[in-house]
Amino acid sequence: MSMVMPKMNYLAEPKGLWSWIVTYDHKRIGLLYLAAITLFFAIAGFLAILIRTELLYPGQDIMDANTYNQVFTLHGAIMIFLFIIPSIPAALGNFVLPLMIGAKDVAFPKLNLASWYIYVFGSIFAIYSILASAVDTGWTFYTPYSTTTGTAVISMTLGAFILGFSSIFTGINFIVTVHKMRAPGMTWYKLPLMIWALYATALIQVMATPVLAITLLLLVLERWLGVGIFDPALGGDPVLYQHFFWFYSHPAVYIMILPALGIISELIATFSHKKIFGYKFIAYSSLAIAFTSFLVWAHHMFTSGQSELAAMIFSFITFFVGVPTGIKIFNWLLTMYKAQIDLRTPMVYALSFIFLFTIGGLTGIFLGALSVDIHLHDTYFIVAHFHYVMMGGTVIAFLGGLHFWWPKMFGKLYNETAGRIGAAIIFVGFNMTFLPQFVLGSQGMPRRYWTYVDAYQPLHAFSSYGSFILGLGFILVFVYLMHSLIWGRQAPKNIWGSLTMEWETTSPPHPHNFEEDKVLQHGPYDYDKVLIDRDEALTDYGYDTTTGEPGEHRESVAKE
Amino acid sequence: MENEGTVWLPPANSTIAEDVDGLFYWILDTSIIIFAIVILLMAVFTWRYRRRGKDTLTPAKDHNNFLEALWTIIPTGLIMVAFFWGFSGYMKMRVMPLEGTEIKVTGQKWFWSYQYEEGANLTNDFAVPVNKPVTLTMSSADVIHSFYVPNFRIKMDVLPNRYTKVWFEPTHEGVFDVFCTEYCGQAHSEMVGKVHVLSEENYAAWIDSVSRFGEDLPPAELGEILYVKKACVTCHSLDGSIVQGPSFLGAWERDIQLTDGTTAIMDENYLRESIINPRAKIHVGYQPVMPTYQGQLKDYELDGLIAFIKQVKQQTGQ
Repeated sequence: MSMVMPKMNYLAEPKGLWSWIVTYDHKRIGLLYLAAITLFFAIAGFLAILIRTELLYPGQDIMDANTYNQVFTLHGAIMIFLFIIPSIPAALGNFVLPLMIGAKDVAFPKLNLASWYIYVFGSIFAIYSILASAVDTGWTFYTPYSTTTGTAVISMTLGAFILGFSSIFTGINFIVTVHKMRAPGMTWYKLPLMIWALYATALIQVMATPVLAITLLLLVLERWLGVGIFDPALGGDPVLYQHFFWFYSHPAVYIMILPALGIISELIATFSHKKIFGYKFIAYSSLAIAFTSFLVWAHHMFTSGQSELAAMIFSFITFFVGVPTGIKIFNWLLTMYKAQIDLRTPMVYALSFIFLFTIGGLTGIFLGALSVDIHLHDTYFIVAHFHYVMMGGTVIAFLGGLHFWWPKMFGKLYNETAGRIGAAIIFVGFNMTFLPQFVLGSQGMPRRYWTYVDAYQPLHAFSSYGSFILGLGFILVFVYLMHSLIWGRQAPKNIWGSLTMEWETTSPPHPHNFEEDKVLQHGPYDYDKVLIDRDEALTDYGYDTTTGEPGEHRESVAKE
Repeated sequence: MENEGTVWLPPANSTIAEDVDGLFYWILDTSIIIFAIVILLMAVFTWRYRRRGKDTLTPAKDHNNFLEALWTIIPTGLIMVAFFWGFSGYMKMRVMPLEGTEIKVTGQKWFWSYQYEEGANLTNDFAVPVNKPVTLTMSSADVIHSFYVPNFRIKMDVLPNRYTKVWFEPTHEGVFDVFCTEYCGQAHSEMVGKVHVLSEENYAAWIDSVSRFGEDLPPAELGEILYVKKACVTCHSLDGSIVQGPSFLGAWERDIQLTDGTTAIMDENYLRESIINPRAKIHVGYQPVMPTYQGQLKDYELDGLIAFIKQVKQQTGQ
């Protein structure tokens, strides 16, 4: 059998640019999101390289302090609000959620398209307000610095709120779709774990974002009517702003990480070719994390002068985020026990994720412990910790998911060797960049410093060189993925032999996802009962069917 | 106590540092063990159970409640240790000592100032005695700052419109960095001070020398400086206009009505009492709002202020 691109696929039909601009197809909207977040990731990543270059030596290297402050503000705001929050749910999630549950689309396709336009509008609005008033507050916009220095805190909060609305639309869509549109036979406990994770994420998106609206309203009341709320000059309390900010932004952290945990569950099961261990524990741990995420916001404020009682309560609850997270990691490990592990690029990312995310999680224990947090708060230890979670966690999982679903999305195979090399370079570059920052932080190096005392220089330089390697890794990934779109070989239906439903349709899928109505035939992880015959497809693409490794290109042999 | 810094932590130079470092290393060691278990299992499984041929069915072992309980209960126990240890260390930091040196700290863009009870007022660099508790009462003149001394393991945000407190007891003499750790704008990274920890004798000599500022100035000249520095200017004008309190213009040796119905003369003794104990006699027409300067002014400084007020009378009385 020779592989050709299926004629009827969502990329080809309907045709024309206009058909993309007004598409209601969740797969195309997913790709629109993917294009947008890739652009923003590239911009914010470039800013990160500028930051690390400036920090090679104390004093001025390539920019003055004011420019530096604006650059790290842009880096943080773009990465958080424009890239990480929408990355997995809105880009990958939009693409895979209906496919994984055997639906033809999400419940509200028009709302889905609207969410993308709101996202684009919010992004432009946010970037414009940062650039127009030279915002240098950091992505946290703490008052009174942000309100007394002529920076646009109202328009920035408005920007975050508009972006939040886009999240709410996606969240509502996912919740309703999961409740109402599952294929017959797909009960809650037959849902892929990615769906549980996206569902938990959607709950947070819908419930947390309104707090931004309240904050915005209070800021407007203060600025326009002179009601003292946050501004001490009017008798307000600047710490109140921190409560509001983190009441949204802490759950937002879990909007960023929960879907990543879902992807890793899929990757570990598929590439271990084994039934996932502790399905219900992984599923419920997502909900437990989502619930706990609302009750820990003030752990960002242990040094803010809040009461000792509050600090104690928030420290106590914070530690309990660690338990469900640990449960997931151990269940993944046990899934790999007596499995058949296929070390393809997505699995390399999954293992990389476990390594990095475990460090990110364990360093969170330092920060939850009150007395140690007093020393580490607002130092590079925090910077390293959240990069290990957000980048070592979410971005690595995003890349793993992207490589996993790439053949489904575009019907093309990327170069496997380049994929593994890319994953390795990113792993090395990432650790070089951020491991030294733990030490810098515990030695006392404060964050958001344009210059620093000389003792910190060697570790800063090491971290900067690491970031250059990391940047090269991302460029390599971008290059071979783009290369595959044009020169890549056609992907079969189910390149990985996975049992989740999105692999039962053609690659790329039909515009209506499936040519027939789906009925669940087997559970998502029934690797003990169901075997996908993919030998023909693998042979066709140069995989050695006895070892499963990419081998000689034997297309001619397969074609007789 | 170990006073050398390590790869992870700077030297521990305060009484609470040992406890903080103990917990830091306990979490670090526990984390390294957990991390090693995770990575070892991952590496062994990845190698031992690598795919060896064609796809085949994989027997399922998909749950084990004993294991689930095990990796729920053990981590819960470990984090409870970290919680209680961290909380007890934190309470040691938060309960202020009843005695020792008290210093008022003000953070503003982009420097620290320190006001001592003895009268010294310093910028960025300050000194404290070794082995004595020091309490800092801090506030900000503009945005939020945060006072951080890595070697003491203390940090506290410094807020406008509110006082926050932090205390430490240095255990070693030396000079240590003070950083601002709450982002405050352009020169945030240069809002760096030094704390000098001195022996008891050196500290006594030092505080005496910085506190004797102005002793050799002519009294009226010193008074004019103090009039601004001690903020008399906020409430007492020199041009006869009434702010919160009586103007100093023409005040000298004036007869005044007091709220208790008696009269007084604004002479040396009246002024001295009004500065030290301002609520003792209240001028008719004014509210008793003046704060006491008890302990904040030395005798020669009081003399200076009185000489200055006298001069305001002389200049305008011609």
